Amino acid sequence: MSQWLPQQKRSLQPNRRRFVQGLAAGGVLAATPTWLQAAMSSKVAQGQTPVLSGREINLVIAENPVNFTGVTRMATTINGSIPAPTLRLREGDEVTIRVTNHLAVATSIHWHGILLPYQMDGVPGISFKGIAPGETFTYRFTLKQSGTYWYHSHSGFQEMTGMYGALIIEPRAGERHRSDQDYVVQLSDWTDEDPMRAFSKLKMQSDVYNFNQPTFFDFSEDVSKVGLQGALEKRQMWNQMRMNPTDLNDLSAATLTFLMNGTAPNGNWTGLFQKGQRIRLRFINAASNSFYDVRIPGLKLTVIQADGQDVEPVSVDEFRFGPGETYDVLVEPADDAYTIFAQSMDRTGYARGTLALQQGLSAPVPALDPAEWLTMSDMMGAMGSMAGMNHDSMKGMEGMNHGSMKGMQGMGSMDGMKGMDHSAMNHQPKNPLAKPSSTVNHASSEYGASVDMRVDTPRTNLDDPGIGLRNNGRRVLTLADLKSINGLLDDHRTPTKELELHLTGNMERYSWSFDGLEFGKSTPVSLKHGERVRVILQNDTMMTHPMHLHGMWSELETDKGELRVRRHTIPVQPSQRISFLTTPNDLGRWAWHCHLLFHMDAGMFREVVVS
Amino acid sequence: MKNVISLVAVTAIFTTSASWAQMDGEKMQMQGGSAPEDARDPHAYSDGYTLTEGPYAQQGPRQLKLADEHAFLSVLGDRLEYSEDSGNTTFDLLARYGTTYDSLVVKAEGDTNGGQLEESQTDLLWSHAISVFFDTQLGVRLDQYSEGSDRQWLAAGIQGLAPYWFELDATAYLGDDGRTALNIQAEYELLLTQKLILQPRAELNLYGKDDPNNGLGSGLSTASIGLRLRYEINRQFAPYVGVEWSDAYGGTADYRQAAGQDINDTQLVAGLRFWF
Repeated sequence: MSQWLPQQKRSLQPNRRRFVQGLAAGGVLAATPTWLQAAMSSKVAQGQTPVLSGREINLVIAENPVNFTGVTRMATTINGSIPAPTLRLREGDEVTIRVTNHLAVATSIHWHGILLPYQMDGVPGISFKGIAPGETFTYRFTLKQSGTYWYHSHSGFQEMTGMYGALIIEPRAGERHRSDQDYVVQLSDWTDEDPMRAFSKLKMQSDVYNFNQPTFFDFSEDVSKVGLQGALEKRQMWNQMRMNPTDLNDLSAATLTFLMNGTAPNGNWTGLFQKGQRIRLRFINAASNSFYDVRIPGLKLTVIQADGQDVEPVSVDEFRFGPGETYDVLVEPADDAYTIFAQSMDRTGYARGTLALQQGLSAPVPALDPAEWLTMSDMMGAMGSMAGMNHDSMKGMEGMNHGSMKGMQGMGSMDGMKGMDHSAMNHQPKNPLAKPSSTVNHASSEYGASVDMRVDTPRTNLDDPGIGLRNNGRRVLTLADLKSINGLLDDHRTPTKELELHLTGNMERYSWSFDGLEFGKSTPVSLKHGERVRVILQNDTMMTHPMHLHGMWSELETDKGELRVRRHTIPVQPSQRISFLTTPNDLGRWAWHCHLLFHMDAGMFREVVVS
Repeated sequence: MKNVISLVAVTAIFTTSASWAQMDGEKMQMQGGSAPEDARDPHAYSDGYTLTEGPYAQQGPRQLKLADEHAFLSVLGDRLEYSEDSGNTTFDLLARYGTTYDSLVVKAEGDTNGGQLEESQTDLLWSHAISVFFDTQLGVRLDQYSEGSDRQWLAAGIQGLAPYWFELDATAYLGDDGRTALNIQAEYELLLTQKLILQPRAELNLYGKDDPNNGLGSGLSTASIGLRLRYEINRQFAPYVGVEWSDAYGGTADYRQAAGQDINDTQLVAGLRFWF
């Protein structure tokens, strides 16, 4: 299917010129101090991430000049490479990892998704004091799991400036799925700006990086298509609520360059294979703030692992994942070259690489999909999609406008839905905790200046691929497709308690929080050791948040209470209400946060105490 | 005739915006409002533990502080413009230092001519978020005149974003000798393209009593409407051209007439909008 062309002869499509493609040979610059060379692996070539394995690992954190875009900037690196060395460890091993800090400021390393004693979790101020300049901290823990994970700094914005790497734990019993090639495909993003500067710009003007805003000309186009009234109605809700329907990513290609294995799109990271081989690709989203939609035109992706945990294989064309998530997929290429295409959720740019029989081959790079407006179901959950189902979209909105929010709440159909819910429960009297509560409970702190939206009718379905991927003609992975392999979800106790927390924010003030309380105003969530707990997360914002809970698994369930899949990072879509069960088996204090780095730092962060 | 038009336009913008602002939190159940009595306690899951107390808490003062506890500094030069007609240079600057919900705000607005400050108003305010999109602002204002009497005021106002994206700023002032004043500003940004932005702007000034030294009459004193078209070379740096219509009313118009000045005025301006 895919026709390959020699790299030189590729013609530049217009869409490729819209964002920074980066340098073909960008990355960490050669000049490396001698003390660091000792710690580095023998060769650090473009797109070739060093690999470290064994039971003893030494890592050195330092500043290095890098150049991804034509501008030289300082990066924070681990052993002088971006991404950091891939650690290949073995399940069951006790590993000793010495981390030496050559920065002028404190640093840390968090082992993302790894179950370990809390003192080893690497979150400064929660699990330990951090690693002071000049100090070496020794991490020591036993690997109780296997699969694809990653590691990164948990200090300030160091992760965003280069401190991330893959962590692969080989299973003792051997891999469940045979593969002939095994590649880490680590997606990240890079900005030449000082991250704190970028953050303070968002504080001043939260749409500063959004160059896809509704304009007057869009409006006049809509007027000619659907008439003045239709065009006004399309905008009425957004304008009244002062929300932006194109607010998909806070940072766009206006400041970001999207990287695949530390390589800018022009660098075209390439993984080689031989005819007839089966390739395992370990996709890791190590980006600071970017959701990626990943596909390989011409190849089916068989998803076999999510967040390092085996799932029942599912064949798809495309998947979306947010920072912190990982997916392992198998592909069986038949042609000579394929493009690995990872477009950012806001469609402002992409990371790209190639699978090919030999270096220098490449396949066409698809055009970016058009950016869509968020829909009513993104903003209002079930109510929005109901309105959409009952009428054509314009009519649906018309009804809502006249009814105003209050009016809609009293709508008969909603009452009907609630009624059905209860009768279903009465039919089979059960422990009320057998399935997640569907009654929305907003926190009292959600009624203040910190929260710009509350959803009263969230949607609970897991089979929505999300904005920009719906009905795109491709088979897109959804949470509903993921099912842990038999035996993985072995705790079938009914939870003894249910916590409900809402993901909240105020885009205009650029503040993010749980329940309207930013981290500094929050108190920890207290869990008892070994108890079975249900956590309901309701997203009262218009953005998707990849929620990462440290120290224990998040076992996603359906709205009927069926256990589905074990994750360490669960993406929660706008107006979605999901729930997961967890059994905290390790004592201590743990972090729980949105893995969009800026949302975390803005305050969408909680502590969890297990005692 | 022009007087009437601008007055009607300004009043219409303001009253509509104000009614929208009022609606904020009442009709819109998805935003703002006040918590019902049975609203969930956001600390209900803490078992009384805090970030510094309870099992496994790190020793000493809290180490982990995120951006929600960080103070940010920003400066907006909304108008820095020159009018050839009058030879006036006008500045309108806003500096803010503080956290998400509380900050110190300095607003400086004034005219210079030939390098000489003709008049300026400087507000020094404590800004506090009271709702999703609005802040209250309390503080003082200092007026300086090259010819006239300087004035000092206590200031109380609101600033924020009304539905349909109107930027509103309304401040009431209390001065010495029982003087009162009201300043209302509204701005809107119409994106013609992602970088070409048309900004209508309206301002009203009202005074409680005559101030002959400064040529201000009681009641509605001045109104102005501006229309500026800027091109954002980047989001933070945008040159613009525009036109500003201004009118004087009541006593202020009389004072101007007596001084041989124009009551209303139309000026073409060229300027720069920037922030950092």
